[in-house]
Amino acid sequence: MELFTNQILAGISTGAIYACMALAVVMIYQAIDHLNFAQGEMAMFSTFISWQLMQWGVPYWVAFVLTIAFSFAAGIAIERVMFRPLAKAPILTQVAGFIALYSIINSSAGLIWDFTIKQYPTPFGSAPFLGSQLISTHQAGMVGVTLLMLLGLYFFFQYTRVGLAMRAAASLPESARLVGINTSWMVALGWGMAAAIGAVAGILIAPVVFLEPNMMLGVLIYGFAAAVLGGLTSPLGAVVGGFLVGIFENLAGTYIPGIGNELKLPIALALIISVLVVKPAGLFGRAIVKRV
Amino acid sequence: MSAAVEEVVTETPAVEAVPKRAMTLGAGTSLIVLGLLIVAPLLVKNFIIFQMTMLLIYGLAVLALNILTGGSGQFSLGQSAFYAVGAYTSAILMETYNVNYVLTLPISGLLCFAVGFLFGQPALRLSGVYLALATFALATAMPQLLKLNFLEPWTGGVQGLVVTKPDAPFGLPMSQDMWLYYFTLAITIAIYVGSVNLLRSRSGRALMAIRDNEIAASAMGINVALYKTLAFGVSAGITGIAGSLGAIVVQFVAPDSYTINLAIAIFLGMVVGGVGWLPGSIVGSAFIIFVPNVAESVSKGLSGAVFGVLLFLVIFVVPHGARQVAIFCQQTVAKFRKH
Amino acid sequence: MTALLNVRDLRAYYGQVQALHGLTFSLNEGSLTTLLGANGAGKTTTLRAICNMVRSTGAIEFEGQPLTSRSTENIVRLGIAHVPQGRGTFTNMTVEENLQLGAITRRDKTSIVADIERMYAYFPVLKRRYTQQAGTLSGGEQQMLAVARALMLRPRLMLLDEPSFGLAPLIVRDLFKILGQINREEKVSILVVEQNAQLALELADQAYVIETGRIVMSGGAKEIANNEDVRKSYLGY
Repeated sequence: MELFTNQILAGISTGAIYACMALAVVMIYQAIDHLNFAQGEMAMFSTFISWQLMQWGVPYWVAFVLTIAFSFAAGIAIERVMFRPLAKAPILTQVAGFIALYSIINSSAGLIWDFTIKQYPTPFGSAPFLGSQLISTHQAGMVGVTLLMLLGLYFFFQYTRVGLAMRAAASLPESARLVGINTSWMVALGWGMAAAIGAVAGILIAPVVFLEPNMMLGVLIYGFAAAVLGGLTSPLGAVVGGFLVGIFENLAGTYIPGIGNELKLPIALALIISVLVVKPAGLFGRAIVKRV
Repeated sequence: MSAAVEEVVTETPAVEAVPKRAMTLGAGTSLIVLGLLIVAPLLVKNFIIFQMTMLLIYGLAVLALNILTGGSGQFSLGQSAFYAVGAYTSAILMETYNVNYVLTLPISGLLCFAVGFLFGQPALRLSGVYLALATFALATAMPQLLKLNFLEPWTGGVQGLVVTKPDAPFGLPMSQDMWLYYFTLAITIAIYVGSVNLLRSRSGRALMAIRDNEIAASAMGINVALYKTLAFGVSAGITGIAGSLGAIVVQFVAPDSYTINLAIAIFLGMVVGGVGWLPGSIVGSAFIIFVPNVAESVSKGLSGAVFGVLLFLVIFVVPHGARQVAIFCQQTVAKFRKH
Repeated sequence: MTALLNVRDLRAYYGQVQALHGLTFSLNEGSLTTLLGANGAGKTTTLRAICNMVRSTGAIEFEGQPLTSRSTENIVRLGIAHVPQGRGTFTNMTVEENLQLGAITRRDKTSIVADIERMYAYFPVLKRRYTQQAGTLSGGEQQMLAVARALMLRPRLMLLDEPSFGLAPLIVRDLFKILGQINREEKVSILVVEQNAQLALELADQAYVIETGRIVMSGGAKEIANNEDVRKSYLGY
């Protein structure tokens, strides 16, 4: 039983990583109705930027703030330059656009910073958290920051004018325009916010998975899976989904025989898909009624 | 964030329809292309012939995806899995059981059809991004499954298997590469013609009705579940045959040749060629074979970035892929004829 | 009486298909005009063209300002509120959020709150349901919400596309009575597109009849209502 509880706790702490990423994924899904495959790469690039700033002597928290601001601006810029022109193209073409962006960012990061693994500092330290061997203070910090972001997003969407406008633009763009909302800029704003959240996710994750250009691929997939599991329309679902995915992954690795590290990913995905077959809109998602 | 109210959505089809008339090249253009494909190998070196064979093989894989996505509207980022199954089937049959390479193709096709059909069953409950995720999981699982220890006696584990290249039959005076090219060409033409006929038939119309509006299709009495799983099966079967041909031509199968990158490449091939437009499959195939090489020659360190930029430029200029170019040419020719 | 809205030679296209063939009409300030015609005549297209939601050529001027090069949201910000076909309610948001969205372009917080109270006065049923998800309201209630939302903009012109659609006659009567009230008391000019000609002609002072993208009849609502030939040929009753 103790092994089981330990695995659950371990799962929650890795789950915080996925929860973070899932929040960014849901954020962009709210804005543009699809998943951005390059989300992870954008987060990775932002993390490298923060690392570079620190290499140049900028203190951690200053680098943190500057990186978030840069990521926000970059997210908006990428949307305006690459994806607004593609807005009228078929969905599959836009997906190809995401793949192009992925390729560009991944390759550029590899060239600028090369593929050797780098250490990344944490402001939370890595001592055992509350004496537990399984959760370090850093991991507890991750969970804390993720929950804070979730709270912040909730307040933003429920209680601010811009948040209301963004929700409206995502839900019914034509009606939103008819109340005077510039839906095009709402999409750009969504990208900016998703990029910023992704940057936070990357900065939190880097101390655990180490900084290198391919660090985010696995995390992104789990992030997608978590977002989908939680229901793509629900930030709360994304976070809960993230923790659940972390737990699934750990339990699968521990209890299913023959599953080494390599098969953890497909197994976790398979579990998630099984949930979806039962509850197609995800755990917290709104059931979509399709009108013919 | 409450789940109390259901959201009512009137969906526009995610995959746009290709009008029936425009589904293939005109008779004249088809003959020219066919002519080129037949004559070209006689004029070039063996290595180019090899590349042309791979062009046809990947073209088949893209064609298969076109039937699945462009035809029945189901997304798949998992075609590499079926390709791998086909490749390994042929490799194992040829090397371990000494089956003639030609016979391995229908076996591989049928096996992959079955796998695809079975996969299509749980996939019925998923659509759009969820289905993409499920097929993605399949694609990422495949290399790992191929490396599993208890399968090693057959699959050769991480090292894979070497496949014997067949000679031209009946002592025909041509190199192995040239024979394989014509062999592949014949199969490709057969599958292409079959696919076009499929999409034009009643079944094809049923598939497209499902793609455009699943609920309406089912209300009209179409057995949606059957057609969707059949589409998966057919698509997987063709991809499997492509994989088999690939194994024979490349003479080698290994788990890391069939990663998610292959699935993504096939997907990009479909988009660049024009979703649902079968002739575009070969254009898409050319893109995924040649453009990465071009990118690498431009800048070795930034080859990924260059590829990304080229890809973006292509989809920016022609969001509907090669089909858009073909329509444009057709309209220009028509304007010429008027004057 | 100054012309609030001036439309000259409006032609509208859905892809290659031309839906409007050179419409010319104008609306005076304070008027309540109805645009009538059969299905597919081009009534909805006209409203959509005014708000630049469909490709069109021709001149449209609102209070002297040209509309043709502005985006939909900028046209709305000039003071034109459009209640679309099907109402366009934000179904997964509350009634009150829908009203707040109507005023999203306004900055004057206290007046917005006061306006919401005014909407509740016009439509008491909305006040009872103000925290409910808009999608759970009945058709009639959603229509009222749509009208209230449009009014939150403090528009000078309100465009309504088939407000009576799918509603019981009694509810339509009530709604139209309120529309008349709004026209007189709030000084909002109204252009209402309707298939239900009889009720619309009772409400409006001016009327235009459209057939296959062209205006075939125009004049005072009473004259058109009393003209049996017109009613029989164009309005079907």
